[in-house]
Amino acid sequence: MTGTAQNGLKDKLLTFRHGVHPEEFKELSNHQRIERMPFVEEYTLPLLQHIGAPSKALVHKGQRVRRGDKIADAGSFVSVALHAPVDGTVTDVGLYGHPNGQMLPAIRIKADPFSTQQLDQPPQRQPEELSKAEFIAAIQQAGIVGLGGAAFPAHVKFNIPEDKHCRYLMLNGCECEPFLTCDHRVMVEYAEELIDGTRILQHFIQAEKVSIAIEANKPDAVATLREAAAKVGFPVEVVPLKVKYPQGAEKMMISAILGEEVPAGRLPIDVGVLVSNVGTIVALSQYFRQSQPLIERVITVTGTAVRRPANVLVPLGTPMRDLVEFCGGVTEEATRILLGGPMMGIVQKSLDTPVVKGTSGILVLTEREVQDIDTFSCIRCGRCLEACPIFLNPARLGLLARKGLWDDMEDYNAMDCFECGSCSYVCPSGIPLVQSIKVGKAMIRERKTK
Amino acid sequence: MVEKPKITISSSPFLHDQVTTPKIMWELSYTLVPILLAAVYYFGLSALMVSAASIAGCLATEYYLGKKGPLGNPLRDGSALLTGLLLALTLPPGFPLWMAFVGGVVAIGMGKVIWGGLGQNVFNPALVGRAFLQAAFPTAITTWEPPDGRYLGLRGTNLAPPFYQGEAVDALSTATPLSEMKFSHEPTALADLFMGNISGSLGETCGLLLLLACIYLIIRRIINWRIPVGILATVALFSGIVYLIAPDRYPSPGFMVLAGGLLLGAVYMATDPVSSPLGPKGIWIYSIGIGLLVVLIRIWGGLPEGVMYAILLMNAATPLINRFVRPRVYGYS
Repeated sequence: MTGTAQNGLKDKLLTFRHGVHPEEFKELSNHQRIERMPFVEEYTLPLLQHIGAPSKALVHKGQRVRRGDKIADAGSFVSVALHAPVDGTVTDVGLYGHPNGQMLPAIRIKADPFSTQQLDQPPQRQPEELSKAEFIAAIQQAGIVGLGGAAFPAHVKFNIPEDKHCRYLMLNGCECEPFLTCDHRVMVEYAEELIDGTRILQHFIQAEKVSIAIEANKPDAVATLREAAAKVGFPVEVVPLKVKYPQGAEKMMISAILGEEVPAGRLPIDVGVLVSNVGTIVALSQYFRQSQPLIERVITVTGTAVRRPANVLVPLGTPMRDLVEFCGGVTEEATRILLGGPMMGIVQKSLDTPVVKGTSGILVLTEREVQDIDTFSCIRCGRCLEACPIFLNPARLGLLARKGLWDDMEDYNAMDCFECGSCSYVCPSGIPLVQSIKVGKAMIRERKTK
Repeated sequence: MVEKPKITISSSPFLHDQVTTPKIMWELSYTLVPILLAAVYYFGLSALMVSAASIAGCLATEYYLGKKGPLGNPLRDGSALLTGLLLALTLPPGFPLWMAFVGGVVAIGMGKVIWGGLGQNVFNPALVGRAFLQAAFPTAITTWEPPDGRYLGLRGTNLAPPFYQGEAVDALSTATPLSEMKFSHEPTALADLFMGNISGSLGETCGLLLLLACIYLIIRRIINWRIPVGILATVALFSGIVYLIAPDRYPSPGFMVLAGGLLLGAVYMATDPVSSPLGPKGIWIYSIGIGLLVVLIRIWGGLPEGVMYAILLMNAATPLINRFVRPRVYGYS
């Protein structure tokens, strides 16, 4: 049914069924080498930068911190530590604007203007000396979360229960969202760290097979990683996948490579697969080899309204305004600011929020790219059904949402939707399908908790 | 400081495919132009006049009764023009112009507007118009003229005054290949059917052009390929079996596919997204159903042609099909 059907054809790239082909816009930044963001005056570090419980602040106003010092501890098992991105002084622990639109607790740090900002942390115990439990605890202490966008704590994912076996470790370098190129650049410029991090993880996971999946529009990443793996003799298969959105969704990648589906409501590990974003694995290597916890990440700042699109290595907590300024600022034509890609990104009302662990891109778009079309009635053309990667009936779900029939929506598997937006993308009548489904899911959840 | 731009807040996705509903409607209409030109080639000015009357009926009704769309003028989405063109292509060349106009009014009025406008109707509007004309004016709609190379003269009862059936301008009228087959067992040469050198409705003569349009529309993904493929394959297969049992009594599958309105119906009417099911499984049921009904009506029914009723019946079954046939969702066995 799925990708395996095409395994026999050598020249045909693996992929999943359905999906869409939006314009890529990657050429704006895919050849820009990663630049380091200069240090700014003040940093804002929200205690919630991941899925799960917020971190617990360990510092108080006026306290001096050094770059890489732990400033907040994990709030529960599904939570991670947080570290100071600079040498400086804590100026406040209070409520600040969060990229998700809310005011949430955050630690403010004023950078020390006289510091060289060299990382000076004691060396970590090498992974080979650690037990599995110690390894898991170390990743949590390193503050590492999935850098693909969802920011799920990495140690929770890597902590495979005893009764489950990981057959397949898959690294996700698909980067199927248009515009974004940070994973692409990381794979090209941090190939050695990526292979090293994979070895570290594989030491504990002992998967039967390790592969790195990359959309075929990044041939340089494919070649570089093959070379880097061969150099150290580490058996990893670099698999180019067809360029199609949402190829980088975990379930779609598993379909493409294994031809298997993850049963509804279950995790990839239930079918013996562990999927991780490539940036996350680089962070893993940097923590063990360079003693650097997760205090910075690569972000693509792009869109035709950005004067100088770039891939930037940014300390967490940097105000987005400073980052965009570093990239030349925005043009007069800017009409929309997004965090993440154009398909699933979250719109921002201003640039006054900080960069967090889950920020993969800042996109500033003009009217030309935001291709709003007029809304007509549904003509039941079925394009949304043929786009939905998990075979839902978005047309029906959209209609049910408009009528407020939440129970019927649940019956039509609304809760399985992972909100990739392919249905809204293809709808010729411009109906906000995924948006209605999101509303429906929220209503269903709300009724459940009552 | 970053300049203060005017920033809009909305929800993702922010990119959109460039195929829009009006573009789909207009593109379908454009592909009908060669077919209309072929009708003019075979039947002359009459073909153009009948089409103009039918389109006028559709456009006037949509303009005065239709809901204003997001483009303001309800005509701008192109769907009323498409209905007018399609209705015209199902009419005989000598058809009274006033009846064609009334057909257009009924197609849009009863076929679309009373259901709530674009996207809300259960039946294909053009076929609703034709079904009305067939019931109201059974003689006029079954009076056929052969293609005879007369370009300028008007045919049949084209100029009958409103509310009159009219007298034929000349007594020349023939049977269609389907009725010849049905009532006198005389098959027409397939080459004639293919090129369109036969009597029939405006758009059911030239099989070649309809097949080319079909291929183009499938490649452009304007129509769902499963519908014409399902219908034509079913008709060919079912009538092929019947033909093999008694070749002297029943028409060949090639004749069944090329004669009458089957190609026009399979490419343009049955594929109307509004009145066909959602999702591949439902579409197969729908198109195979149409194919079976066409053969049943043509071979064992009282009428020589059955495409219109076959499609309308399966249109009626579409809500039911949509209810019971659901796609299998990812992760469920």
